[in-house]
Amino acid sequence: MTRISLQATLVACALAATGAQAQTEIQLWHSMTGALGDKVNDFSNRFNQSQSQYKVVPVYKGSYPESMTAAIAAYRAGNAPHILQVFEVGTATMMAAKGAVVPVYKLMKDADEPFDPKAYMPAVAGYYTDYKGNMLSFPFNSSTPVFYVNKDAYKKAGLDPAKAPKTWKEFAVAADKLKSAGQACVYTTGWPSWVHVENFSAWHNLPIGTKENGVAGMDSQFTINSPQHVRHITMLADYAKKGWFTYAGRRNEAEAKFFSGECAMLTSSSAAQANIRRNAKFEFSVNFLPYHDDIKGAPQNSIIGGASFWVMGGKTNNAYKGVAKFMGFLSKPDLQAEWHTSTGYVPITLAAAEQVRKTDYYKKNPGTDVAIRQLTNKAPTPNSKGLRFGNYVQGREVIEEEIEGVLAGKKGAQQAMDDAVRRGNEILRKFEAANK
Amino acid sequence: MEKRVVFRSSWLPYLLVAPQIAITVVFFFWPAFQAIHWSFLIQDAFGNSSQFVWFQNFQDLIRDEAYLDSFKVTAVFSTLVTFIGLAVALVLAVAADKVIKGAMAYKTLLIWPYAVASAVAGVLFAFLFAPSVGIVSFALRAMGVDWNWVLRGDQAMLLVVIASVWKQISYNFLFFLAGLQSIPKSLIEAAAIDGATPVRRFWTIVFPLLSPTTFFLLVVNIVHAFFDTFGVIDATTQGGPAGATQILVYKVYYDGVKAADLGSSSAQSVILMVIVIALTVVQFRFIERKVQY
Repeated sequence: MTRISLQATLVACALAATGAQAQTEIQLWHSMTGALGDKVNDFSNRFNQSQSQYKVVPVYKGSYPESMTAAIAAYRAGNAPHILQVFEVGTATMMAAKGAVVPVYKLMKDADEPFDPKAYMPAVAGYYTDYKGNMLSFPFNSSTPVFYVNKDAYKKAGLDPAKAPKTWKEFAVAADKLKSAGQACVYTTGWPSWVHVENFSAWHNLPIGTKENGVAGMDSQFTINSPQHVRHITMLADYAKKGWFTYAGRRNEAEAKFFSGECAMLTSSSAAQANIRRNAKFEFSVNFLPYHDDIKGAPQNSIIGGASFWVMGGKTNNAYKGVAKFMGFLSKPDLQAEWHTSTGYVPITLAAAEQVRKTDYYKKNPGTDVAIRQLTNKAPTPNSKGLRFGNYVQGREVIEEEIEGVLAGKKGAQQAMDDAVRRGNEILRKFEAANK
Repeated sequence: MEKRVVFRSSWLPYLLVAPQIAITVVFFFWPAFQAIHWSFLIQDAFGNSSQFVWFQNFQDLIRDEAYLDSFKVTAVFSTLVTFIGLAVALVLAVAADKVIKGAMAYKTLLIWPYAVASAVAGVLFAFLFAPSVGIVSFALRAMGVDWNWVLRGDQAMLLVVIASVWKQISYNFLFFLAGLQSIPKSLIEAAAIDGATPVRRFWTIVFPLLSPTTFFLLVVNIVHAFFDTFGVIDATTQGGPAGATQILVYKVYYDGVKAADLGSSSAQSVILMVIVIALTVVQFRFIERKVQY
């Protein structure tokens, strides 16, 4: 079976190669696996069939960091792809790479492709927009952390399954009851820094760093050792001691702990929904992230994670025309609506969001609209429209290391967050020096 | 008595070694010089701008606690891997040497793990010991052990040591077994007749006669612990939690490949290069003298 399909692919490739003489090939390097990868291939095929001038060739290049590294190496060797999918923490690195990338707004203008930046969701596009309001990369897959609750476990503990905790105070009450009822693991989280530092800050309208979280300038400094941040991390450490919080790792390991029924509550990406739905043998609800009700302005809005398409420099004008057309194609409401409903990522255009809202999709699939509602809860402030820290791949790692230090009981929250700020700032200064 | 074959042609020997030289130059010398060059630069990820900064990358490293920690971690890790790996393999080899029935089966089974790539070994152990779904974790928790290496550094270290040792034991076993079999039986029999106990025979005859093998394995194992264990660490802990298993070579990879900080990464590999050269020199100059061949 596999062999046949492989042969078919080879034949198809050979045919495509002979027929591609007149076509301009556009290389797209991405990191989407499984059903998501199929979707990328499907979209590319549909674009290729919709016209005959250009041919988008999607290539899976490994995980986000792997594919970015591959593209950097390819750029240095002079054969970078046309389009590269880069995860959100790589944004500042790409943005600083003058000459290596072509900003999307410029690409669209040069190619005379109709492009209205206002058509895109502000909470999504804002993350990839520079200080002057120019969109630099094309948002593709965006999600945001949400709060999952195992309703069956709530029932067992004598809690109302229809009422998920809204605040961390309510959370503590529920956690205590769950623990007393014998729940092995009460709460866990995926992506600790993304959820408990970055989104915690945005959700409470607190800055992650100066200069509007780095968006307004590279000379930003981290501010995650504020009393509110320290209090939140102290709270997590306290919950861990009480047995209310189980640390599961830096990526999405926590999701398996939730859908296996081991943990009763989870904060992780909204894009995990499909997977949880497939695996969970219990009823669950999707909710807004809990917030601290004594912090003014909370809840604000959450910020995205995921990846965007960057256009690499040094290609022909003709190829850029094709890239622009492809991005126009991807922005179509029908396509975005399909992407949203089949993957759990949020739609990137307002029109697509509206289109899905008009159908009965959200009624039939409760919880699938939580991500959009949370992202658009309020108009984004400078604290909540996104972040742009140089070499944040390392920066996020530093934050996670320090949080792990607190949870392991090695240091206090204040010390850890001070250290995170100091070490993070060193990384920022180094990045600033390297990208003068 | 000595018989030598001498090439008469002046260019043929060079031609014959040329492929090896070419490979060494392209894959060893060139990258090494490139690393030395880059260790003096600060450049952006895409290589569009770079500045010559003399020793700033090295100075930054010396001041970086995480880097100094990585030294400690590497020392602990390589000591554990080398000693446990050698000790267990020696015990197994001595035992297998005495087995008469089904010796082949034992030996084959013990050699097997060496065929497993270290990344695969890492994945294997990551699954077995995964805090949420691992079968061993399940058993440990049933015994009341709070097994969670994603948070506990000592447990994470234990995990990568076990995985690395498991992989290396076969190799050590093979060499120890060959070493044991080359020891003349007459020596041991003579000692036995003189009334030496098995333990005494081992420490006064077998172990000293094994010393060339042990020395060779010591060198190989330290190199293994320094470099080959990358796969195990990448597949399991990825240097975490909080850098508890971040050995030097993993940090080189992480900073260079994932974090795109090529200046620091190059400086680290230059330091690593110096360490390994020094270690090898020390081993051959001082330890080798005490080894009886």
